[in-house]
Amino acid sequence: MAKHTLIAYVEDVPGVLNRIASLFRRRNFNIDSLTVGRTEQPGVSRLTVVVEATEAGARIVEANLYKLVNVLRVDDLTHKPSLFRELGLVKVKVTAQTRSQVLELTEVFRARVVDVDEATLVIEVTGTPEKIGKFEMVMRPYGIVEIVRTGAVAMARGHELMSAAPPLVPTAPVADHHHDSGLSMSV
Amino acid sequence: MKLTGAEIIWECLQKEGVDVVFGYPGGAILPTYDAMTKYPKIHHVLVRHEQGATHMADGYARASGKVGVAIATSGPGATNMVTGIATAMMDSSPIVCITGQVGSKAIGTDAFQETDVTGVTLPITKHNYLVTKPGDIARAIREAFYIAKSGRPGPVLVDITKDAQQMTAEFDWEAAAPRLPGYRPSYHAPASEFARAAELINSAKRPLILAGQGILKSGTTAEVLKLAKSAGIPITTTLLGIGAIPASSEFNLGMMGMHGEAWVNQAIQQADLLIALGMRFDDRVTGNLKTYALNAKKIHVDIDPTEINKNVPVDVALIGDLREVLELIQPQVKKAEHAEWWATINASRGDAAVRDIQSLPDSGHLYAAHVINDLWRLTQKRDTIVVTDVGQHQMWEAQYFRHEKPRSLITSGGLGTMGFALPAAIGAKFACPDKDVWVVVGDGGFQMTSCELATCEQEGIKVNVAIINNSFLGMVRQWQEFFYDKRYAATPMTGPDFVKLAEAYRLKGLRCNKRSDVKSTVAQTLAAKETVVIDFVVEKEDTVFPMVPAGADLDKMIRRPKQDVMLESGSDKDWEMPSSPLPNVFAEAKAEATVLNGRGKAAKSAKKPARKAAKPARR
Repeated sequence: MAKHTLIAYVEDVPGVLNRIASLFRRRNFNIDSLTVGRTEQPGVSRLTVVVEATEAGARIVEANLYKLVNVLRVDDLTHKPSLFRELGLVKVKVTAQTRSQVLELTEVFRARVVDVDEATLVIEVTGTPEKIGKFEMVMRPYGIVEIVRTGAVAMARGHELMSAAPPLVPTAPVADHHHDSGLSMSV
Repeated sequence: MKLTGAEIIWECLQKEGVDVVFGYPGGAILPTYDAMTKYPKIHHVLVRHEQGATHMADGYARASGKVGVAIATSGPGATNMVTGIATAMMDSSPIVCITGQVGSKAIGTDAFQETDVTGVTLPITKHNYLVTKPGDIARAIREAFYIAKSGRPGPVLVDITKDAQQMTAEFDWEAAAPRLPGYRPSYHAPASEFARAAELINSAKRPLILAGQGILKSGTTAEVLKLAKSAGIPITTTLLGIGAIPASSEFNLGMMGMHGEAWVNQAIQQADLLIALGMRFDDRVTGNLKTYALNAKKIHVDIDPTEINKNVPVDVALIGDLREVLELIQPQVKKAEHAEWWATINASRGDAAVRDIQSLPDSGHLYAAHVINDLWRLTQKRDTIVVTDVGQHQMWEAQYFRHEKPRSLITSGGLGTMGFALPAAIGAKFACPDKDVWVVVGDGGFQMTSCELATCEQEGIKVNVAIINNSFLGMVRQWQEFFYDKRYAATPMTGPDFVKLAEAYRLKGLRCNKRSDVKSTVAQTLAAKETVVIDFVVEKEDTVFPMVPAGADLDKMIRRPKQDVMLESGSDKDWEMPSSPLPNVFAEAKAEATVLNGRGKAAKSAKKPARKAAKPARR
C-alpha cells in the first residue's frame, strides 16, 4: 500500500463531492486527503485526492471515478514529476524565552508568522505534506494549541497537458491485488 | 410550447416511447398524476407497493430490452423503491424511477413525507437527479433514459419537487438533448489487445467460454456460438447468462458456480484459458479466489472498465461492446476442435449427471426439481418466460428448466431479492403479452409481495404462479443443515392457504401434492383465462446439489450422496409426460440407481456421504 495522488476534473453540480466521497466509502478505499476548488474553466472543479492504495487498487479507483457521470477526467500523478503543496496554519504557545526560537524555526521552514499575541503565534507554512508534518513535529515541544491543514493539491510539472484518456486498465497479472483476502466477500 | 412540469414529464415519457408505467400516487407526485389523464397513450399500472413498481419496471426491461419506468411519491413511496432499485443496479437493468419531492422551499425542513431520496439512492443508482425547476425536467428525463440504457445499463432516479411539477416552462425536446461531457458509455480496446487475445485463444489447449448476461444485453447469442463453433470451445453460463446460449446447444455445458454443474466447475479449474464474455466473476461464480482457475489465462470482455481486475486479475482485457469485440476477434481466431479437452469434460459429465442435481429420490413425495422439470417439459412447445426469486427454487429452476431463448429467464441474481418474482413477472407480461409468463417462487418470497396479485386482478392479466411450497425458508435451512448443525433457527414457516388466498383476490387457486397431478395442474393453469396460483406442496427438507460452500474452492463441491438415489424414481411413462429432445435425466439416474442398488449394502457403506466430509465454510 502506498499513497496515490489522483486529480479529477468534475462538473461543478450539486452533490458531486458527495458522489465522490460515497464512491470511496462504498468501494472501501481510504481517503488520506481530498481538496476541491475552482479551475480556469467555469463550471468545472478540480479535485486532488490522496488515497492509500495498491497499484491495482489505484487503477480501480481511477476506473470507478471515470464511471461517475459528473467526472470529466482523471489523472494519477503518483509516478509523474509533479508538484505537491499543502498549506498549514499552526498556532503555537510562546513565552518570552521561546518566542525567538520559534521564529527562528519558522524562518528555517520559510514559513510566515500571520498572527501574534502575548501567548501564541499563528504560523502559515506551505510545502509538501511531509514538510508540514515536519514543521508540526518541531513545533510540538513548544505546545501546539491548534493546527489546520488544507490537504494536498497537486499539479504535474512541464508543459504537457493532462491526459484526457480513458482509464488504462493494466492487464498484466497483478501481484499486489487490493483484495488480499481470497475469501468470498459475502455470506 | 408552455407546459406545466407535470405535463413535461409525460411528454418526455411519450417521446421516449414509453407505453406503460408502474406506479403509486401520493401527495408530492399528485400534479403528475393529475396530468396523466391527458396522456391516455401511456398505460399506468397501479401497484400495491412501490417495491412492486420497481420490480415490474425491471421485469419489463429485462423481458423487452427497453427501459422500464416506475413512479412513486416522496418519502415512504420513494424509500419503498430502494430494494427494487438496488436489484436493478446489481443486475444491470435499465429502469428510470420518477419520484415526487416536497416543494423546493420545503427541502431540508423535514417536511411531511420528505426524504433525501437522491442521497439515499446515490450508491444504488447509475446516476440520479434532483430537479427543482420545471425547465430542467425535460433534460433530466432525457439524460436519465440515455444513461439507463447505454453502456452498462442500470437504474436512474429523477426526483422532482412538487412546485417544479406545478409551475410552467417552455417545453423544447430538441434543446433538452443530453449534455453529458463526463459520461463514457463505451470504450474501444486497442488493436494490440485483440492480437494478444487471439493469440491466447489460438494457442489454448483447454479453452472455456464463460457466458454472462452481457450476451443478452448485446444480443450476441449467434456471434458467441460462432466463436465457440469455429474454435471448438465449450461454453458455460452464469445464472443471469442462462438463455443466452440455448440449453440444447452441444456447446452449452450448463451453469457454473455455487450450484452449477459439477463438471462445469471442474472444467473451469482445469481450463488453460477462460474467455469471460459479459460476466463479472461474482463470488457465487468463483468460490475461493485464491484457488480459482489457477491453470487458466483469462480474457475478460466487459463494457464496464471497473469490472476488470476487480475480483480476478486477467491477462487481456477487451473493454467495449461485446458485439464489436466479437466482430473484431472472430477473423483472427483459427479453427480448432479440442477433441481431447471435450473428452475430458464429457467423462466427468457422465459421472456427475447421475450423482448431483439430476438424481432425485422419489418416495411418493413431490420434489421441487420434479415439478420444475415437468413444468419445462409441459411448456417447452410454448413461448415461455420464467421469473424466479432467490433461493432453492431459483437454483432448481436454473438446473432443471432448459432455456432455449434469450430473455426467457428473469431472476434476481446479484442482489438476491425475495419478493422479486411476482412483480417482475407482471412487468414481463406487459412487455410480452403474447408469451406465457410463469412465476417460480418459494413460499417465503411469495409472501413478501403477494399483494401484487391484486394488481394482476385489476389489470386483468394472466401470470402463472408456481409456489414451490416447502414450509421452510429453504436455502437458509439448507445452510443451517450444512453449516449450523441443523439448528433451524427461524426457518420453519407457515403461510396462508394459497388456494384460498388466490380466490380471495378473485383469481384461480390450485393445489398439487402428487407428481401424478402435475400434468393436469399445469394443463388447468394454461387453460384458465386469469392469473392462477398453484400451491406445489413439496418435500420439506430437500437440498440443492451440488453446492460449493461460500468461500470454498470451486471444485470442492458438496455432492448428492449416492445412496440418496432410489430405484423408485418416477419415469416419464408413469405420468405420461411429453418426450423431450434432450436425454431423459431421470431415466439416467434410475439406471445408475439400479446399478448402485445392485451392489447392495456394500455400496452404501463404502463411502461416507460427501456432505458430512465437507468442511463448513468460514462464513
